[in-house]
Amino acid sequence: MADEALFLLLHNEMVSGLYKSAEQGEVENGRCITKLENMGFRVGQGLIERFTKDTARFKDELDIMKFICKDFWTTVFKKQIDNLRTNHQYLAFTCGLIRGGLSNLGIKSIVTAEVSSMPACKFQVMIQKL
Amino acid sequence: MNYPLYIRSAPTENELKFHYMVHTSLDVVDEKISAMGKALVDQRELYLGLLYPTEDYKVYGYVTNSKVKFVMVVDSSNTALRDNEIRSMFRKLHNSYTDVMCNPFYNPGDRIQSRAFDSMVTSMMIQVC
Repeated sequence: MADEALFLLLHNEMVSGLYKSAEQGEVENGRCITKLENMGFRVGQGLIERFTKDTARFKDELDIMKFICKDFWTTVFKKQIDNLRTNHQYLAFTCGLIRGGLSNLGIKSIVTAEVSSMPACKFQVMIQKL
Repeated sequence: MNYPLYIRSAPTENELKFHYMVHTSLDVVDEKISAMGKALVDQRELYLGLLYPTEDYKVYGYVTNSKVKFVMVVDSSNTALRDNEIRSMFRKLHNSYTDVMCNPFYNPGDRIQSRAFDSMVTSMMIQVC
């Protein structure tokens, strides 16, 4: 895997670049969070494809959630856990990442995040039952 | 909704016959998957094995965790082709598909137009035929 610093710098630029273009009126302000979330979604889909390529077949939804909570989470967040921000703009991409990962495994969800007490960050994953 | 992200056949005449075969085999794939879900036996493999034989062909299946189905139709007269070779072909397909998914210019659900994917399939087909 590439150096973590590369992603952090890119993420920083993504956020500030997007908000700058919002200031200049190119993008509506409220859309910035959505755009970041959608970027994360697409990346999450790809990550999950790569991470589940060599795993066993998931039997059921419980299997999937166990994978997300253990393997996927530690691979993605063990790197991120020291770098938490309070602003939602920095969490949007990550929420999208989780939602994209779940989506590619056939689970529709809504992912939100909140930081009530640093350095903890709570992600809420709401799964839509069909 | 089932539609092919990618379909390739050799020989190219009678392509429609192969398209039809692949399409009908999807039902067999679904049956196998749902049978696994109910069975007490753990079927942990992504490779499904032989889906069904016809007089002239053997049809093999593979389903990823992202619910993407790969179907391979092979001439029955090709007795040299072993199970482990079929498995490794599916692995190659899966690996290449993963590369396609990780290409940010690829939109999931679109037909696959990757040249790398094409040449992987071409070399596999040449090896078999």
